[in-house]
Amino acid sequence: MKDNIVIVGGGIAGMEAARQLLRMGLNPIIVEKSDHLGGHVARWHRLFPDMTPASELVGGLIEATGQANIFLNTEISFMNRLKDSYNIMLSNGVSVIAKVVLITTGFSVFDASKKEEYGYGVYDQVMTNSDLEQWFNNGNDSRIDGTEINAVGFVHCVGSRDEKARNSQCSKVCCITAVKQAIEMKQKFPDAAVYCFYMDLRMFGKKYEDFYISAQRDYGIRFIRGRVSEVSENIDGRVIVKAEDTLAGKPVKVTLDLLVLMSGMVCNRDCSSIAGMISLQTDSDGFFKSRDNISDIICSSREGIYYAGACTGPKTVPETLAEARSAALEIFSYINRA
Amino acid sequence: MGNIFGFSISPSSTVNLDNVDFTLFDRLHELEPDAWKCMSCGSCGATCPAGNFSGMSLRKVLHNLQRGKEKEAVKMLQNCMLCGKCSIVCPRGINTRHLILSICKLYKED
Ligand SMILES: Cc1cc2nc3c(=O)[nH]c(=O)nc-3n(C[C@H](O)[C@H](O)[C@H](O)COP(=O)(O)OP(=O)(O)OC[C@H]3O[C@@H](n4cnc5c(N)ncnc54)[C@H](O)[C@@H]3O)c2cc1C
Ligand code: SF4
Ligand code: SF4
Ligand code: SF4
Repeated sequence: MKDNIVIVGGGIAGMEAARQLLRMGLNPIIVEKSDHLGGHVARWHRLFPDMTPASELVGGLIEATGQANIFLNTEISFMNRLKDSYNIMLSNGVSVIAKVVLITTGFSVFDASKKEEYGYGVYDQVMTNSDLEQWFNNGNDSRIDGTEINAVGFVHCVGSRDEKARNSQCSKVCCITAVKQAIEMKQKFPDAAVYCFYMDLRMFGKKYEDFYISAQRDYGIRFIRGRVSEVSENIDGRVIVKAEDTLAGKPVKVTLDLLVLMSGMVCNRDCSSIAGMISLQTDSDGFFKSRDNISDIICSSREGIYYAGACTGPKTVPETLAEARSAALEIFSYINRA
Repeated sequence: MGNIFGFSISPSSTVNLDNVDFTLFDRLHELEPDAWKCMSCGSCGATCPAGNFSGMSLRKVLHNLQRGKEKEAVKMLQNCMLCGKCSIVCPRGINTRHLILSICKLYKED
């Protein structure tokens, strides 16, 4: 009988790991809380840096994991350690004995309404990066349809690098996402003025800086260094944004037809409950804590429990996929060793 | 005795971007696509031989143009000797002398 490997979370990390494990002849079981596979990426439209359709990646992974056992709308109700395996009870009543548990529960998008000064959920013309991706996908959002879009603003670091929001970490993907979305908006509304309000621009990845240069040179996106301090609404429902232009040392304000908040990647609340079941550690940022942040990022402190993807911190898609592959390899050698 | 407590009102220094006319800056972009590439690193100002004495900084010139402070920008440019040191250091590879000349031509027209 083949050993079971339970993968908790059917996002791209969980699916990529399952795909690799199937290729190695192992038996992955995906347990996914929501009613579909793909996690956050299934909600995005096109992926930086090459504008690859997100559906292509997710579709390919769904096809490649067809042979795995997949439980949708299912969570872990209970899990405990046996001698050399884990006893897992699922919320659908199925119980599994698994040699290995791979945690791929991902992240949560910061709830932008917590930053009250930005008016998400209060002012009509304020949306998030995640809402905008959905509009790119289905072309249906009352904030954009039927509004004349002449000026759009992007606010970086919403709920990230913010101790008051209890997330001091940088979410890593939102600078490049803002630049990507700013370009996409400029393509859709060529005559609109598009602003990005940033503190630092963190363009760390392959081709990201090229994206930034193109946003400036080819699209005329206007970058303003300064954190948006407050947003208000005027009588016609447009939003007025205030910041300090810290390069000039002067306050700026501008009236916009649409404001997009770059909500950060924060820890999935389930981290702490899952960690509690088998006494795993979470880090100060609330994400799962790896055995070592340099050499053992995919290992937990417990035998047979592995991590991949954004459950240990903000990650891009290629980083997530690379971790999923390395976790699969690590699991393969663990099973053969044990 | 002067007013040492409280505050006196001075005109607002807020830049209201709603009122900035970008027509000329857009035209500059047609002539000099690289004008928009500046990332405000400050290398040009730091190396400028006129900088120490006059406050000349191409970064500030470009920034002022983007905030509608055209007069200040053009005034500052009068300190430039067109020595070209800034083009040597600019990490974005902007042909700064060419750009400066284009700004002079364009913004002097009116
Ligand atoms: C606005 C935005 C745009 C982005 N755009 C890009 C981009 O263009 N390019 C790029 O490289 N990266 C991008 N990213 C980053 C990308 O979304 C992540 O790298 C990726 O989602 C990480 O995948 P994951 O599988 O680790 O986590 P997730 O996508 O979060 O998937 C986790 C899965 O686990 C499930 N789950 C959670 N908890 C449980 C539980 N308790 N039990 C069972 N299942 C559970 C979830 O339902 C979900 O299906 C973007 C991020 C944001 C916020
Ligand atoms: S990636 Fe950019 S926008 Fe996101 S938290 Fe970091 S600095 Fe802020
Ligand atoms: S060309 Fe003008 S701005 Fe550039 S370094 Fe020389 S004097 Fe300064
Ligand atoms: S050196 Fe170039 S990029 Fe840096 S501030 Fe000057 S013009 Fe801009």
